[in-house]
Amino acid sequence: MLTGLCALICSLPSFGVLGGDVSSVEVDRVHANASLRVSQGQNYTVHELRSATGTVVREYASASGKVFAVAWRGPFLPDMKQLLGSYFEEFQKAAQAQNRRGGHDPLIIQQPGLVVELGGHMRSFAGRAYLPDEMPRDVQNGEIR
Amino acid sequence: MWAMALIALAGCSMGCGGGSSHKNSLNPAAISASNVQPVVVNSGPAGNYANGLFTSITICVPSSSNCQTIDGVLVDTGSFGLRLLSSAGGGTLTLSLPHQTGSNGGSVGECALFVSGFTWGSVNTADVNIAGEHASNVPVQIIDPTFATVPSSCKNTGVPENDTLQSLGANGILGVGPFAEDCGLACAQTGSSNPGMYYNCISGSCQIAAVAIRQQVQNPVALFSSDNNGVMIQLPALTGAAPGLSGSMIFGIGTQSNNTVGLAEVFPVNSSGEFDTTFKGQSYPAFVDSGSNAFFFLDSGITGLSTCASNSGFYCPTSTQKLSAVTSSGGPNQTINFSVGNADTLFSNRANFVFENLGGPNPGTFDWGLPFFFGRTVFTAIDARSTPAGIGPFWAY
Repeated sequence: MLTGLCALICSLPSFGVLGGDVSSVEVDRVHANASLRVSQGQNYTVHELRSATGTVVREYASASGKVFAVAWRGPFLPDMKQLLGSYFEEFQKAAQAQNRRGGHDPLIIQQPGLVVELGGHMRSFAGRAYLPDEMPRDVQNGEIR
Repeated sequence: MWAMALIALAGCSMGCGGGSSHKNSLNPAAISASNVQPVVVNSGPAGNYANGLFTSITICVPSSSNCQTIDGVLVDTGSFGLRLLSSAGGGTLTLSLPHQTGSNGGSVGECALFVSGFTWGSVNTADVNIAGEHASNVPVQIIDPTFATVPSSCKNTGVPENDTLQSLGANGILGVGPFAEDCGLACAQTGSSNPGMYYNCISGSCQIAAVAIRQQVQNPVALFSSDNNGVMIQLPALTGAAPGLSGSMIFGIGTQSNNTVGLAEVFPVNSSGEFDTTFKGQSYPAFVDSGSNAFFFLDSGITGLSTCASNSGFYCPTSTQKLSAVTSSGGPNQTINFSVGNADTLFSNRANFVFENLGGPNPGTFDWGLPFFFGRTVFTAIDARSTPAGIGPFWAY
């Protein structure tokens, strides 16, 4: 149990899965105390992590081993700092700067090199983040989900 | 407030806000019933909310006559439980409510996640009175940026902290969605399956805590002594835009003569609080959310609607587009016709705060926000509660 708690709350250095090497998926797996399933897409591999909280994270790695996209769905948001790594601060800043008119609305960040889309509602969240410049050729962003 | 709402409602039956629907005009006898609470769509207490559905509630120190009425509370079928903004956050709440005590003797704190932000504060206990309904000892969240240091696991969501009147746009949120509590079993567990919504806080420092389901922040409707199986929200139809709109929230489903399901179709909700919506032949997860201020659906590639130059979270077609989609839960389905206008143009008229055809992107998902409620009677039945139309959770309309 202590290990489980630690996996959840111990502050780890920011390895950064998004934009990182595919080996960083293992860091995420340990961090979320998750189970892992790997499948092969046309130009990429998908590493699917199912965390103990029930949230599923899918990490998309190119043939060269770079994670160019992540997607998530489940009752709780994954640790976005862990998942977005070096892109977390950019996401956070852009999220604060959103021009809102109230409402519990989707959060959509479109920066030149980073797209983050967060939707859902309390008890069910879904979203994705990807690096448009790092997407393998012929991969449509609709495949990231 | 009560009298004013009555006048507004009577006025609406004659066509306020650019028109109303006869099928939804209210029986005047229903208005005075003890399960009827007036609601209004307007700019809210911060003065800039678009399509915000607000009401007032009275909270009391448990088992006392020490009470306060809070206006400008957002009515939200997309969340669960009552949250009130403390005066420290710029809210009107000044009543001092007892803290819920954690397992280690500290105060229970909560990081409640909404998509567009999180609310942070303590969990306290209150008696809640709305219309003629009463719930005792309700765990509520007091949103308070000064309660304790925001835990890193809460900050690591990356979404903005909505702990001020300006960022929240309301004096509170009344979550009347289809579940009785805001988290469920996961938050009652220890270890890695606990998602970190609840905390034990001592001297301003907080650790993730397991909190029993009944001690989690509760949908007050589920704790009413009667009319406790859900809510019915009724708003008049609107053509175009208006400064305000008045309607009713009626407690209970099939419990009184004024809340019968009648011919409304019932759509069961899955364990994620969702059903399906089909758009252009493709099915997507969907939900009905009075706390979302627009039709938030899919993306520009699928809808053909471009996003706005200044309000990038909304769609800005050059002319208003008429669309349709089909809602379903496996069995019955219902076609919903709706339209999406240019949000930049709509917002340019600063006198208007209610918009029939406000839309925005929400990749992969269909969020039937507040405009869906205009001209409809929408029932939200709570999980595991029985109604004459079946057991919750469901939506019916």
